[in-house]
Amino acid sequence: MTVTSCNIQKPNLGEVIEKYKEFPGSLLDLLHEVQEIDGYLSRDVMQQIAEGLGISESKVYGVATFYSLFKTAPTGQFIIRICESAPCHIRGAQEVLEAIEETLGIKPGETTLDGKFTLEFTSCLGLCGVAPAIMINDQVYGNLTSDRVKEVLLNF
Amino acid sequence: MTIYRSHVLVCGGTPCVLKGARTLKDLLLKEIERYQLSDEIRVVETGCLGPCDDGPVLIVYPEGAMYSKLKPTDILKIVEHHLLKGRIVEELVFRERKSSAGALQGSAVPLEQEKYLSLQKRVVLRNCGRINPDSIDEYIANNGYLALGQAVTTLTSDQVVKIVADSKLQGRGGAGFPTGLKWSFTAKTTSDQKYIICNADEGEPGTFKDRLIMEGDPHGIIEGMAIAGYAVGASQGIIYIRGEYGLSIERMKNAIKQATDYGLLGKKILGTEFNFEIDVRSGAGAYVCGEETALIESLEGNRGEPRVKPPFPGIAGLWGKPTIVNNVETLANIAPIILNGPEWFRSIGTENCPGTKVFTMLGDINNQGLVEVPMGITLREIVYEVGGGIPGGRGFKMAQTGGTSGGCLPSEFLDMPMDYDTLSKVGSALGSGAMLIIDDTHCIVDVLKSFMKFFCHESCGKCTPCREGTTRLYEIVLALSEGTATDTEIQLLKELSGAMQLSALCGLGQSAPNSLLTCLNFFADEFQAHLNGQCPSGICKNLTIESEAV
Amino acid sequence: MEMVKVTVDNQQVEVPKGSTILEAAKKVGIKIPTLCYHEDLDVKAMCRICVVEVVGARTLQAACSQPVSDGMVIITNSPAVRRARKINLELLLSNHPQDCLNCVRNQRCELQSLADQLGVQQQRFRPKTKTKSPRDESTAALIRDPEKCILCRRCVEVCHQVQSVGAISPANRGIDTEIAPAGGVDLNDVACVQCGQCSLVCPVGAIYEQDHTERVWSALADSSKHVVVQTAPAIRVSIGEEFGLEPGQVSTGKLVAALRRLGFARVFDTDFTADLTIIEEGHELLERLNKGGTLPMITSCSPGWIKFIEHFYPEYLAHLSTCKSPQQMFGALAKTYYAEKTGIDPKDIYVVSIMPCTAKKYECGRPEMTDSGYADVDAALTTRELAKMIRLAGIDFASLPEEEYDAPLGISTGAAVIFGASGGVMEAALRTVYEVVTEETLASVDFKAVRGLEGIKEAEVDLKGTKVKVAVANGLGNARKLMDLIKEGKADYQFIEIMCCPGGCIGGGGQPIPTTNAIREKRIKAIYDADLGLPLRKSHENPAVKTLYEEFLKKPLGEKSHHLLHTDYTKRGKYPEAANR
Repeated sequence: MTVTSCNIQKPNLGEVIEKYKEFPGSLLDLLHEVQEIDGYLSRDVMQQIAEGLGISESKVYGVATFYSLFKTAPTGQFIIRICESAPCHIRGAQEVLEAIEETLGIKPGETTLDGKFTLEFTSCLGLCGVAPAIMINDQVYGNLTSDRVKEVLLNF
Repeated sequence: MTIYRSHVLVCGGTPCVLKGARTLKDLLLKEIERYQLSDEIRVVETGCLGPCDDGPVLIVYPEGAMYSKLKPTDILKIVEHHLLKGRIVEELVFRERKSSAGALQGSAVPLEQEKYLSLQKRVVLRNCGRINPDSIDEYIANNGYLALGQAVTTLTSDQVVKIVADSKLQGRGGAGFPTGLKWSFTAKTTSDQKYIICNADEGEPGTFKDRLIMEGDPHGIIEGMAIAGYAVGASQGIIYIRGEYGLSIERMKNAIKQATDYGLLGKKILGTEFNFEIDVRSGAGAYVCGEETALIESLEGNRGEPRVKPPFPGIAGLWGKPTIVNNVETLANIAPIILNGPEWFRSIGTENCPGTKVFTMLGDINNQGLVEVPMGITLREIVYEVGGGIPGGRGFKMAQTGGTSGGCLPSEFLDMPMDYDTLSKVGSALGSGAMLIIDDTHCIVDVLKSFMKFFCHESCGKCTPCREGTTRLYEIVLALSEGTATDTEIQLLKELSGAMQLSALCGLGQSAPNSLLTCLNFFADEFQAHLNGQCPSGICKNLTIESEAV
Repeated sequence: MEMVKVTVDNQQVEVPKGSTILEAAKKVGIKIPTLCYHEDLDVKAMCRICVVEVVGARTLQAACSQPVSDGMVIITNSPAVRRARKINLELLLSNHPQDCLNCVRNQRCELQSLADQLGVQQQRFRPKTKTKSPRDESTAALIRDPEKCILCRRCVEVCHQVQSVGAISPANRGIDTEIAPAGGVDLNDVACVQCGQCSLVCPVGAIYEQDHTERVWSALADSSKHVVVQTAPAIRVSIGEEFGLEPGQVSTGKLVAALRRLGFARVFDTDFTADLTIIEEGHELLERLNKGGTLPMITSCSPGWIKFIEHFYPEYLAHLSTCKSPQQMFGALAKTYYAEKTGIDPKDIYVVSIMPCTAKKYECGRPEMTDSGYADVDAALTTRELAKMIRLAGIDFASLPEEEYDAPLGISTGAAVIFGASGGVMEAALRTVYEVVTEETLASVDFKAVRGLEGIKEAEVDLKGTKVKVAVANGLGNARKLMDLIKEGKADYQFIEIMCCPGGCIGGGGQPIPTTNAIREKRIKAIYDADLGLPLRKSHENPAVKTLYEEFLKKPLGEKSHHLLHTDYTKRGKYPEAANR
């Protein structure tokens, strides 16, 4: 997909703000939709949201940094969320984590040098039936082993 | 409506989709087409069928044969032998696994006779896996929206509240508060606006029941919410779904649209004066938003931090208006209770905790997945009968009931009935119904490390005991696993846990130490070993295994 | 009022329905320890220090927020309560630097006092390993130290709810939670007005003023410097609290005596330039009224307010009076008029101001505040900093004699004293404007309608047929309401007084800690007592001001006035550093 076609599909910040500003309490929904544009919430974007909703920028920032799905700094193209909750833990999440770390050369909280992957921990994804599980952007992967996760990563 | 000779229900639950269910479904359709059976056989993608560990699964009706662990070649066989020739493909039929892990036995018995299902009683999951969740017609064909119709046309609001109260239904989100009582507070409060919130911010580790209910039977939730709205005088409903549950959000939105098109939501429902609308809102990754006041804060566009109670949401909740917050599973119980009456509901389960409970069975257990059983089933029945025992014939070490915020029970509690009352008496909780089974190869300290880390990650940071305490609990458990903890720190761990249980602002901080305290109580020897630099299970890397040390 | 009966530690007590457990306990003489609780703020139930047992409740309840109900039985001192309180306090301490001796709040810290009260004598948790954001010294007035912050959120409450500035909010989650400006940037890079109300409510040393005492000590020790000091109107009614005097006492004479003992060459009074401000601002108002200038005209004495309008209402700067604040008028005159009169080279004059305010530190550093050819004011100390100097010098404040200010810049009227309270500038202006316009003597100089803590006050004055409608706001949240009225074209006032801080300067961000609304009321009363006790109560009767015009300025709004006493403002916008990105 070329950059131009990407831009066409992306929502427009002003329009998104316009859409939500009349609905009280819509900040989370707004942030979700706005984050689609750049993959994260920049200061500029948060200021425009604050302006649009008539609230302080510090509040927008406080909300954005509270929820783990919101990003206030650029991330890799693909965010790998590895579940560290108990059901995954006892079924070998540690092994999967080590395999990812080894393959990508990054630790949780870090992004690969080429900007492709960001690795982070997440709490339970509700995929315990196929533990250990990870999410890469919106896609979920379960029943992982160190070999299988390496295979998954190769496909990106 | 066309009459079909057979219905094939393909499990569309996330675990099965992950294992390729969608590809298999496409192949199935192609094969049916190839045999020119399209007019006789209907393929439906359903919500979760239960045995997630054995996915992908599908069921062929009317025989009720469930096929599991399917591969593309199996589909070819099923179409050719079962659908075309009417012969069940026995070697592919799902079977309860024995803990002895011996050879599979038995013939292709009809599904209902399988032990896995025989102990189950499906109320909440009545439609899951049986109907197409994207079709309101199928829901209606299965008595759907009948209860709503009865409620709004033949019952007063007070009567609805009374029926729910008489059923003794308790909230299925974790705390077990009587639903009818909750409704009665709000019903009595006068306000120009009241809200019904469906709490679908499912985040308790090991819990995915709400997701599967939403994916499998969205209309059941909508109907429950509308009845609740009628009962307490609310015209606005909101379903708050955790942001990670993409499919649930999609299914619920679609179902709401269908119900609105059918006049089952909106203005003047079924020609009465009752108006009720539902919005879907989503979270953004915060476990604490499962706490009702944090959820409300989140809906108001704030940081999801719990509020001080009182006032309780039932009196002053969303935007300061009376607000009912009910869990998905609670609401899914409402329509059957209205239809069948409170006596019927009380006839299931135990006297104090009637009804069924959806459990998710996880960890070291053969049948991982979702089951619905009457309240009061014993741990042993769940583990060894419904759950098919522990893989490899290993020994049972403990079960954590109620998710990561629940307590851990060793084998002496195997015969304890699983209900709200009994579990809270032993320092555990039924909670969300997650049952994490842990076998004897695991180290208590190592498992606790994972539990405690979860709370560090999810504490909202508002109150002192939870914000600082969760981190301190984790640090000390970590020190134990590394062999650097001291006796006095164990004492401190107990004191801190007690203070957290008593003084944290919300349930998150209050229940964070539950697993730790029960483990300290039931596995004292293992903690002592770690203090001595030994990890009997050989899991903690810096420590020696006891037997070698001796 | 509906009353309910409750039992607190075996004592029966009747309290109004809706009272908290904290209030009920207080009634039977039990002071439940609190930390995040502040009597003027909504912040509640976060620190979990005030927990008590309520018989029948599963968990302990926060006394500060839990309302009592009829028949409630409360136990405030049980083993479980003591254990929980102590653990919670130890948790806070374990994540807090262990360097009380080096802290600005040493011995006046709520956390430290609690540790003593609850008997914490050892650190049982391991030393913390995680660091928080570094100390932020970016602004002229304030220092933020996240390491010391205990996340009580009083500062957030004040900044958002009281001041409507919203410069800081809780950011991140769990153990990573910090109070921070948007984007985690420095405070100077966001729209903070530096009012320092946050520093006033901070229970620990996590937000405090930039320390100017060292540079003042240096100047005092420099024999080539002629160090003069000016004291703001509100200092005389609050400084005594730093030395154990009850709030509400007037300590003007002792204040002068203390400053003299510290070694200041001349002890002057900002009240002198407050009187001067009235003359200049009064004439400016009359000119606007007569010549169709921008109305309503709004006062410009309060630097926090000036910064607020520059950030949040930059398109309305024309409404501001062009008068500099009394502090800056004083500095400009000290290095011109006073220098000329005494023959001292202005480069050797060092002007120190004692202010109830943190924003004054910012104001004296504004680039335009150099009309004398030098920095008009060299150092601005808060009331708290002055007290620190007096303590360091070993001066026993309470037993000091009453002394008089030096002439001529120490001569003032009651009209200037009341500048220290909300409504005071308005009242002082009305006293003068009335007499100038009507050429009649006021029967009563008291304009009580504009006095007091109420957020927005209105009055109408008949100037011999011309009705002037005025409004007074204190606290920026109230200022915002008035500005929004102006924005909507609904404000039919001619003159508005706005003070940044609740109650005006007596409640300023540089005042003694604690400053609560109850204490503010007492200081306000003292201000009007001081006014009443003075022989002259109208600015235009100040003989030293008259002489100043005769000898130097010639006439109000004259050329010299415009050069030295008036200023202009800068459009800053809400996102001051956005352009730099």
